[in-house]
Amino acid sequence: MKIMRALMVTAAVLTVACGGGTPAGNATAPQASKELQINGAGATFPYPIYSKWFSEYNTLHPEVRINYQSIGSGGGIRQLTNQTVFFGATDGPMSEEQLKAAPGPVLHFPTVLGAVVPIYNVPGIEGDLRFSGAVLADIYLGKIKKWNDPALAKLNAGVKLPATDITVVHRSDGSGTTFIFVDFLSKVSPAFKEKVGVATSVNWPVGVGGKGNEGVAGLVTQTPGSIGYVELIYAKQTKTAYGAVQNAAGEFVKASVEAVTAAAAEAAANMPADFRVSITNAPGKTAYPIASFTWMLLFENPTDKAQSAAMVNFLKWALTDGQKGATELGYAPLPASVISLEQAALAKVKVS
Amino acid sequence: MRARSQDLGFRLTTGAFAAALAAIVIGVGVALVSQSWLTIQKFGLGFWSTSTWDPVAGDFGALPFIWGTLYSSILALLIATPIALGIAVFISELCPARLRTPLVFLTELLAAIPSIVYGLWGIFVLVPAVRSLQTHVPDALRALPIFAGPPLGVGMLSAALILAIMVVPFTSSVAREVLKSVPVTQREGAYALGATRFEAIRAAMYFARTGIVGAVMLGFGRALGETMAVTMVIGNNPQVSASLFAPQYTMAAVIANEFTEAADALYLNALVEIGLVLFAITLVVNGLSRLLIWSMARGARGPRRKPAGAAA
Repeated sequence: MKIMRALMVTAAVLTVACGGGTPAGNATAPQASKELQINGAGATFPYPIYSKWFSEYNTLHPEVRINYQSIGSGGGIRQLTNQTVFFGATDGPMSEEQLKAAPGPVLHFPTVLGAVVPIYNVPGIEGDLRFSGAVLADIYLGKIKKWNDPALAKLNAGVKLPATDITVVHRSDGSGTTFIFVDFLSKVSPAFKEKVGVATSVNWPVGVGGKGNEGVAGLVTQTPGSIGYVELIYAKQTKTAYGAVQNAAGEFVKASVEAVTAAAAEAAANMPADFRVSITNAPGKTAYPIASFTWMLLFENPTDKAQSAAMVNFLKWALTDGQKGATELGYAPLPASVISLEQAALAKVKVS
Repeated sequence: MRARSQDLGFRLTTGAFAAALAAIVIGVGVALVSQSWLTIQKFGLGFWSTSTWDPVAGDFGALPFIWGTLYSSILALLIATPIALGIAVFISELCPARLRTPLVFLTELLAAIPSIVYGLWGIFVLVPAVRSLQTHVPDALRALPIFAGPPLGVGMLSAALILAIMVVPFTSSVAREVLKSVPVTQREGAYALGATRFEAIRAAMYFARTGIVGAVMLGFGRALGETMAVTMVIGNNPQVSASLFAPQYTMAAVIANEFTEAADALYLNALVEIGLVLFAITLVVNGLSRLLIWSMARGARGPRRKPAGAAA
């Protein structure tokens, strides 16, 4: 008897549960048709500007809602390849291997620019220090061990550098910031390229790792004699002093929004059709050498054409009106030459 | 008839939950193995014993991370266990009743603080303190491998200290509960034989020893898996070093640090295999502590008279 009743109760509960599911499903369906949801995932570096863009774009076009998860460039590429998101975002362009692993051709679209700056804590030094790529590479290889090393002294004539040991600080977490920094060092130092190479995480010969920009900055502020690298935005927001870096033309340039855009403008002259280009160590007198694009990734022929059309419209907006919001958040806007190349390239994305 | 069928239903339901537990453990193991198959095939057992971690070249070895995890956890255990047991004994045996509730509340509060908060505290308070300690270490001691290295503040000692602080409330809470469950007759018996208070407490601790070992192992398990606070203070440098002051790395920390940006398959597999190694080490540690507790419990049946004799 009791079993029967128990069974009936269970059955009733199940019916209610299933029944409950159907109306709920119906309730969300009309909403979904009214509002187009687009999901993306990837780099953390552009997250502040992307979230601002997506929310502004949603105010302008309430029918399009773009969700973005800042899970890291690697995660973005993985999710795009597995087609669990509609678009990806990355701080380092996809490799040939990764492109081959994707189920269809993937297009890169630069959205904004970022830069990496050297920060330091040298007892007794107030003003800006000057670095060259070769010196930075030797410091991060552990070859230059003291602040008064002749190579550093030569760049900073007139500055009294102490005989303090250099403590090297790098990122411990995989990061686009690291990618940009080691990409630059590998370009200017063959020894660095051979020993360390370019990736979001590398095998550092010396130093300690801090987690995130704040971890690196924290270690540098606390440790006398240390040097580290952080994103330009982070240094600006926290008002951390940073050094000038010698560019390919031999000029010492302090990173600024203008100097980063200048680096990209130089690169635009030789821009490859797929936009997968490194702009570290860019030519030009005013170009800042440790800079990079950050990219959005789209399939050339996405299955969902409605989302595809909406995303192309969004990118058109981001490349024009959207760029105006970049500077105030500390990102460098794209140079006009790159924008016009991208507007032409957007036509490649199939929207019907 | 009715009662029995109800019984059966109850048994089946709870049995299903218990089976789910086993299924989860096995499922985690299987998933870890299948997701790290590339590196298991490529590096084999060498993964456990080599020290290169080079994502660019695709060369991976877990030894520095295994070393860092075990070193920091064991060190933390050595620091935390005496303190935690002291707290437990004081609260359960010696503490004036008015102090007991606030003390219990405080230990529970310590256990509830999120690890990232410990990490922040570590960066701003502990690391500078350890750095100034390092600068005061005499040069003669500096020459020893255990104190070698420049005064960075971040490193093994900071990690072990922060782990110890995080482990203390766990171990002391469980040890306190275990001591509370020791029958009053044990203590009364000890007093009746003329034991001092210290001797009576020692008898109670001997009675509760399996539970106390369990409490210590619980703390060890927590130290092995702790991620955020450790990665913020350990310096994140994969090297096998005996020095307390050297920056090192743990398994949980490297997974948390590098997983989000790892894009190529071999690299991802290597990170998952680190997870597998951590899983295996945790299983072994738990298994060993089980064995220890069993052997102690079995030993207790034989020379039962020992504590009484000690107390006499």
